[in-house]
Amino acid sequence: MPMPTVTFEGKGYVRQENETVLDCLLRNGIDVSYSCKSGVCQSCLLQAVSGELPKNAQIGLRDTHLARQYFLSCSCLPNNDLEVCRPDAAGLRAPGVVRRIDLLNASVARLRVHCPEPPAYRAGQFFSLIRPDGLVRSYSAASLPSDDDFIEFHVALVPGGRMSEWVHRDLKRGDALDLQGPAGNCFYVPGNPGQPILLAGTGTGLAPLYGILRDALAKGHSGPIHLCHGSVNSGGLYLDAELRRMMEANPQFHYSPCVLNGNGDDGIPQANIDAYALSCTGPLKGWKVYLCGHPDIVRTLQRKAFLAGANLQSIYADAFVSSADS
Amino acid sequence: MSTLFEQLGGTGAVDAAVDVFYRRVLSDERIASFFDSVDMERQAAKQKAFLTMAFGGPNSYTGLDMRKAHAHLVKRGLGDVHFDAVLEHLGGSLRELGVAENLISQVITTAESTRSDVLDR
Repeated sequence: MPMPTVTFEGKGYVRQENETVLDCLLRNGIDVSYSCKSGVCQSCLLQAVSGELPKNAQIGLRDTHLARQYFLSCSCLPNNDLEVCRPDAAGLRAPGVVRRIDLLNASVARLRVHCPEPPAYRAGQFFSLIRPDGLVRSYSAASLPSDDDFIEFHVALVPGGRMSEWVHRDLKRGDALDLQGPAGNCFYVPGNPGQPILLAGTGTGLAPLYGILRDALAKGHSGPIHLCHGSVNSGGLYLDAELRRMMEANPQFHYSPCVLNGNGDDGIPQANIDAYALSCTGPLKGWKVYLCGHPDIVRTLQRKAFLAGANLQSIYADAFVSSADS
Repeated sequence: MSTLFEQLGGTGAVDAAVDVFYRRVLSDERIASFFDSVDMERQAAKQKAFLTMAFGGPNSYTGLDMRKAHAHLVKRGLGDVHFDAVLEHLGGSLRELGVAENLISQVITTAESTRSDVLDR
């Protein structure tokens, strides 16, 4: 029987006997990052596009990685042919058309894109939006693939931001807008419906958190779900009314907004989100934690959530790096 | 006779220890600042590789890697007192997880052997 092949970027490579997927790719001159080669450090993660993965190639991976067929290439000795790609490289370019754009507040536009052949994604993952001239920026999906026949993004107007200014000023219904993706590991995975969940973020970090919230509720999550949205002032709490409505309808859901500048007159606490989120939840041992938004705040929240008892594997962080910052 | 790595519980033991160990390290004001700007997930992967090595497990760690990885921290003042603190947390984590003292001392000995590389001496 011939040895099974590994297909990578369209080319097939025949594996030698007892050769791991990593060693096979390295032997063929493909630059795959790796370190320990013993299934520990997870630097050699790849994603299976097709073919069956042996169980021991996924030991120790977090649930979102399992759900997306990620595996440790250094520990992978498949019995059959396998097509693999780099993490997050699997997403194809999907042509889309703008279904609707409206303002959620003074600076956040809700952009809904319809794709005739919609890519399979999970609420909370992100896509690259591709402007016809080739400019590319990433935005997270706030929509729910099972309910919505469009993909929804929340686009904050960034002064001098080429994509966001274009979306706010020039883009209109019916325009073509291609998407590439999805990517990212910030999404809900069913299987533990009673586990408490913390969703915390700032600005349009709310987009993926809102998607994850809707997904969790739609999939029957019964444990407490706390969503903490932080903003500079109350005008930035752009889904306030909708989230309060959802709180009324779902007793397990708690919405806790906070603002940096405010006088408390409107009942919204004035607080830093990193302190406020943890004061809403208490210790986080056994919790699942999703953090999205400004990179500094995500990093601070990530550390605080970990020190408050959340397992590293149960913290899903998505820092929004603005092109102005990078 | 089984190896130290097997006696400790192998990869599963590393998974169990990494959260406890890393949480202790980040909570210690003597050393937390050395971890201020790092990507926690990448750092956790490195902690796992370090624990695997200290547990006598399969690894591809080299002294040169250790030197290169810590050189920028040595410039910021990383020294014996910090190395000692990390060893203290390593022992404390294993004790918290109920590991036998004779195994802990073997782990500490292995970790101790990296001191001159980590501190670039």
